[in-house]
Amino acid sequence: MIRATRLLVVLGLSSALLAGCSKSGVESVQNGYRGTGMATLYDKDRVAAQYAASQLPTVSPAAPSEGPTAGQIYQNVKVLDDLSAAEFARVMLSITEWVVPKDAPPEQAACNYCHSANLADDTKYQKVVARKMLQMTRDINSKWQTHVAATGVTCYTCHRGNAVPAYAWFKDPGPGHQSGIIATRAGQNTPSLASGLTSLPYDPFTPFLLNAEPIRVEGKTIGGDGNRSSIKQAEWTYSLMVHMSESLGVNCAYCHNTRAWSDWSQSTPQRVTAWHGIRMARELNNQYMVPLTETFPANRLGVTGDVAKVNCSTCHQGVYKPMFGASLAKDYPELRGRKAAPEATPPVAAAR
Amino acid sequence: MAEYQNLFTRVQVSAPHYHGVPHTGGGIWGRHGSGGVSHLLGRLGDAQIGPVYLGTLGLASLLSGLLAFEIIGLNMWASVGWSPLQFIRQLAWLALEPPAPGYGLTIPPLKDGGWWLMAGFFLTLSVMLWWARTYRLARKLEMGTHVAWAFAAAIWLFLVLGFIRPVLMGSWSEAVPFGIFPHLDWTSAFSLRYGNLLYNPFHALSIVFLYGSVLLFAMHAGTILAVSRFGGEREVEQTLDRGTAAERAALFWRWTMGFNATMESIHRWAWWCAVLCMITGGIGILLTGTVVDNWYLWAVKHGVAPTYPQSFPTVVDPALVPGVTP
Repeated sequence: MIRATRLLVVLGLSSALLAGCSKSGVESVQNGYRGTGMATLYDKDRVAAQYAASQLPTVSPAAPSEGPTAGQIYQNVKVLDDLSAAEFARVMLSITEWVVPKDAPPEQAACNYCHSANLADDTKYQKVVARKMLQMTRDINSKWQTHVAATGVTCYTCHRGNAVPAYAWFKDPGPGHQSGIIATRAGQNTPSLASGLTSLPYDPFTPFLLNAEPIRVEGKTIGGDGNRSSIKQAEWTYSLMVHMSESLGVNCAYCHNTRAWSDWSQSTPQRVTAWHGIRMARELNNQYMVPLTETFPANRLGVTGDVAKVNCSTCHQGVYKPMFGASLAKDYPELRGRKAAPEATPPVAAAR
Repeated sequence: MAEYQNLFTRVQVSAPHYHGVPHTGGGIWGRHGSGGVSHLLGRLGDAQIGPVYLGTLGLASLLSGLLAFEIIGLNMWASVGWSPLQFIRQLAWLALEPPAPGYGLTIPPLKDGGWWLMAGFFLTLSVMLWWARTYRLARKLEMGTHVAWAFAAAIWLFLVLGFIRPVLMGSWSEAVPFGIFPHLDWTSAFSLRYGNLLYNPFHALSIVFLYGSVLLFAMHAGTILAVSRFGGEREVEQTLDRGTAAERAALFWRWTMGFNATMESIHRWAWWCAVLCMITGGIGILLTGTVVDNWYLWAVKHGVAPTYPQSFPTVVDPALVPGVTP
């Protein structure tokens, strides 16, 4: 009797320990042929918290698009000059709501966050950055539908009420302490924040999301045909993939059939979307973020003096689709790209 | 009487210490100490501790092993700025990395893998010396050298991973880092790079023998403990003079699986199962990258990997689609 009781207590404690991993449990959603082990796992508590934090802000009433354009009325409008004055004002007010901190001091509150007394003036760096970001938003929505589809993005996708998006990356020089003859870390072997606290390389972003180092390491033939990718290279790719998994709150099987990682014919359509996402992040970093390096004050730069850059987390923030796929951009045609207005003078952005 | 359905030995014999048989062949070393008794260790094994025999090979092995251990440990400690707290906190993440691929098989600077090469050399030396010691001790005691050869099987896998395969691949960077998590990451990366090691047939064989060893271990230990009340633990005597313990044990397994080992052959099963785990594993690693670059494709060609029906729209490599941003 005592033995049986003891056994029950031990069993109870063990299951209690296991149950501690997630209070409401993990839901497994099959996303491939049966028997292949392709399933996406969702931690119910985590998803519930993320869902609660992913509510869209109130959409302001649509503005009429008729009348003279902002470019004709205002001075020094370089990106949104194709909008009507009403649309332009709507975008300005929305940016204020999406980006400017609510508790900013008076000299930085609302319009003052970017503008000085003369609204056309470019003295505040925030205004120069905002202009570049508006250009970027339009570029994403018009050119990168392979990744953002018709859902599109707005300032809110990344900013969520913060002046600086909560998830951005800087070059990580590592913990240091290595000089003289002490063995180097080779970019790894310390808890990696970028890669789910593994001991994998801690800065997978510089090679893949800033530079275009090869991500594919697996052999395409049985004999390899001269594939010289090393195991160390595979660790860098692995690190990027862990970042993607963490950023999207999904496991590997969301995109890959894990028996043949590189085989596209066995992958899910999401892998194609992710492939374009990598290219998108790389282009945004090189075309929009890096050129802003000189614009930002030193306190906004990373330890190596580099600008804040975009990775998967910047928009996704732990969710497979940012804001669980809810589209704010559909209500903001102003941000979806330049209007086809033949009389408008081509701005700098369109020359690219 | 002794009772064996227990984790601990219930009976500890109190007797004069046993010094061991005299061994043939000279050597400058004798056995040290006259031995002592530990009651706690006696609960798990033999209560007598010592006398010990270290010998020239043993001492050399311990010294070079210590050197490797220090090179690895001190580099790890230095990498956290000699902070004792961070050393303990990050210990599982820290490592001594092999050189970068660019160094090939050359001797790199100390900081870029030179220490790794040196640690690997002394660790290998230590393991080899210890092997020679097990061989020589067995010979001195006029035993067979089964333990030495089983140990050699493990050394084979160790050498393939850290030396033979990297040399064949032309790069030290292919070898395993010294570190707790880092060597596990290496293992994953190795499988990712070479198209899924689970499709490597020698890897599969190695797993068969690994699990086989575990299974045999449990079956054999269970059988002998089960018949120990009939004198079953006197296996050698029962080999030559089959008693009721051997007969009952044999009958049990004949009834269970229609076939049984003998008191002697069970040990050969176990020895080969354990040794083949390492031998096949080493072959599997050796072929990876040198002969086969993608084990999944190998498995498809040889009809090992089945095809499954498509369950989502056809996906094409976007890099091959014209007009797509590369």
